Amino acid sequence: MRRFIIRRFFFSLVSILVATAIVFVLSRAAGDPLLLYANSGYGITEEGERALRKRLALDRPIPVQYALWLGRTLKGDMGETILDRKPVFRVVTQRLPATIHLGAAAFLLSFMIGIPLGVLSAVKRGTIWDYTGRFFALLGQAVPSFWLGLVLILLFAVHWQIFPAALKGDGFWDVKHLVLPTITLAAGGFAFYMRITRTAMLEVLESEYVRLARAKGVGNNIVIWKHAFKNALIQPLTGMTLALTFFLTGSVLVETVFAWPGMGNMAITAVNNNDFPVLQAVVFFFTILFVSMTFITDLLYAFIDPRIRYD
Amino acid sequence: MAEQVEIQKTTIAAETGRDAGERAISQRAFGSQAWYLLRRWPLLPIFVMIVLLVAGVFAPIVSPSDPIEQSLGFRNFPPTWGRANPEFNVTPDAADFDLETTKGRSDFSRAKKNAFPRQKFVLGADNLGRDVLSRVVWGARISLQVTGWALTSGIIIGTLLGLVAGYFGGWTDEILMRLVDVWLALPFILIALVIAQLFLHQGGASVGVVILLIALVAWTPFVRQVRADVLTIRSQDYVMAARVAGASSLRVLRRHILPGTFSTILVVATLRVGQLILTEATLSFLGAGIPDPIPAWGKSVNDGRGFIEEAWWISVFPGFAIFLVVMALNFFGDWLRDRLDPRLRQLD
Repeated sequence: MRRFIIRRFFFSLVSILVATAIVFVLSRAAGDPLLLYANSGYGITEEGERALRKRLALDRPIPVQYALWLGRTLKGDMGETILDRKPVFRVVTQRLPATIHLGAAAFLLSFMIGIPLGVLSAVKRGTIWDYTGRFFALLGQAVPSFWLGLVLILLFAVHWQIFPAALKGDGFWDVKHLVLPTITLAAGGFAFYMRITRTAMLEVLESEYVRLARAKGVGNNIVIWKHAFKNALIQPLTGMTLALTFFLTGSVLVETVFAWPGMGNMAITAVNNNDFPVLQAVVFFFTILFVSMTFITDLLYAFIDPRIRYD
Repeated sequence: MAEQVEIQKTTIAAETGRDAGERAISQRAFGSQAWYLLRRWPLLPIFVMIVLLVAGVFAPIVSPSDPIEQSLGFRNFPPTWGRANPEFNVTPDAADFDLETTKGRSDFSRAKKNAFPRQKFVLGADNLGRDVLSRVVWGARISLQVTGWALTSGIIIGTLLGLVAGYFGGWTDEILMRLVDVWLALPFILIALVIAQLFLHQGGASVGVVILLIALVAWTPFVRQVRADVLTIRSQDYVMAARVAGASSLRVLRRHILPGTFSTILVVATLRVGQLILTEATLSFLGAGIPDPIPAWGKSVNDGRGFIEEAWWISVFPGFAIFLVVMALNFFGDWLRDRLDPRLRQLD
């Protein structure tokens, strides 16, 4: 177990390093970040340019720049955004709550619809319930989220004018702005949970201890919820990491469509402006989030299911 | 003779004696028969896939008009059945057309009939007056091209790595599998966006770049599944026998192990196509995909974003095409998996 944790931790670090290094090299290759100033309309003097290059360490070789960035980041200083010179760390962490807000809402929605539907579909296998459930799962899996978002805007914001088309509300409980983006983001997640729960549930329902429970006369509801469901839940719980990647990449799209002021939205702007400190930070946060979730679920897996032993 | 008659009678009796639900399919009501067929065979998905193939391969013949040609007088022109919205649409100037001799309910439809062959703008025109239907048809072509190449390279790379990892085991296996893990943890969309930017600055992205980007995500599931297959096949007696008989590693891999992984590869590939089409559409939507002026579905959806109020058809139809195709492919993949390799059920 200990060896496993150490190994996993090591590879988590490698993941973060590789991701940030790739983005670092690529964004440098994509062009001179100082071009931003030239395009900003303010212009820049030659002297100012030299000073800025020195300050941003743009005159050093790229590996050195990366090492410098890494060193500063580990100390909590992620540099400044290129154009308006705000501290990147603050800019990113300002956007983080919005993304988490949306992600958590979508996660809850997909979890709370997907799992009961998966159970229903498995218990009533081969009936109209099963087919309807699976059909909706296929739908959710295939629909491009950016398109679903647009269609929802078209129907609920333009046509019926029930929900606002874009932007985030003020407080945490401003549900009105949250509804459409949440549904859009949850569509794929719901499909994922429904399918994984259904498969797990079908497997468990055919196992011997469930048959035994039935044979000794345990009531149907108790068999399903107490004997089968508790064991089938392991799969969707540990599948959370997969779902999380989905929500992360999904948030980039959904936030773009709904002008949601989160990290994904900011990342797109950063890419278009070649604002590499911001991009770097976003990739850093995304990868850390993903890697640590993978790590946690691996551990969770071992705790939930004592049969699993990592060597 | 008499015996035969006797036997026939008993079988008939047995058939009619069963429950109504278990009677021969041919005796059921039409709706029930259709439902049975649809459940048994993926007819609708196959139909969609055929339409996709025909549209993609024969795009120049099938598409009603040029997907790139702009008719600026017909910007945001509604579909054939739609009504003109004078507030938003650029109405064709009635003076340009001979309205007296053309039949139609409104000036608008008359103007359209007069100006174009009937099949033009069936699904409306986009913000630059390009035919939406033609763009959807040509979009199928580029989608097939990109995913076709990306998937092929993904299959080759993934299978090779999977074979190597599974067969040699040990450190090779460890390194390759961790590579896959690290790869899966990368925020691919952001990286793809940066790469696209890179080429944007260097004289424009190309279809080749998009194929490369999609290929970068295509290969991972093949490594895992092929490796799992190899691990089971490797310990089979016939593989052992081949090794004892002195076959080289290469020969064992090629002649004895690789053929055993074909069904897995087929299933994984089918399930993967849909995801790749979706990825390509996503990149195109974000502006990191297919370059202008080549029509692509994701790009068309993005084109219509700013016009969702006045011209919903620009976004809705190409998006629906993505949706339909991906759904059909996923459905077909599921069916194929249940048929060929139920063991892979863990895959999703």
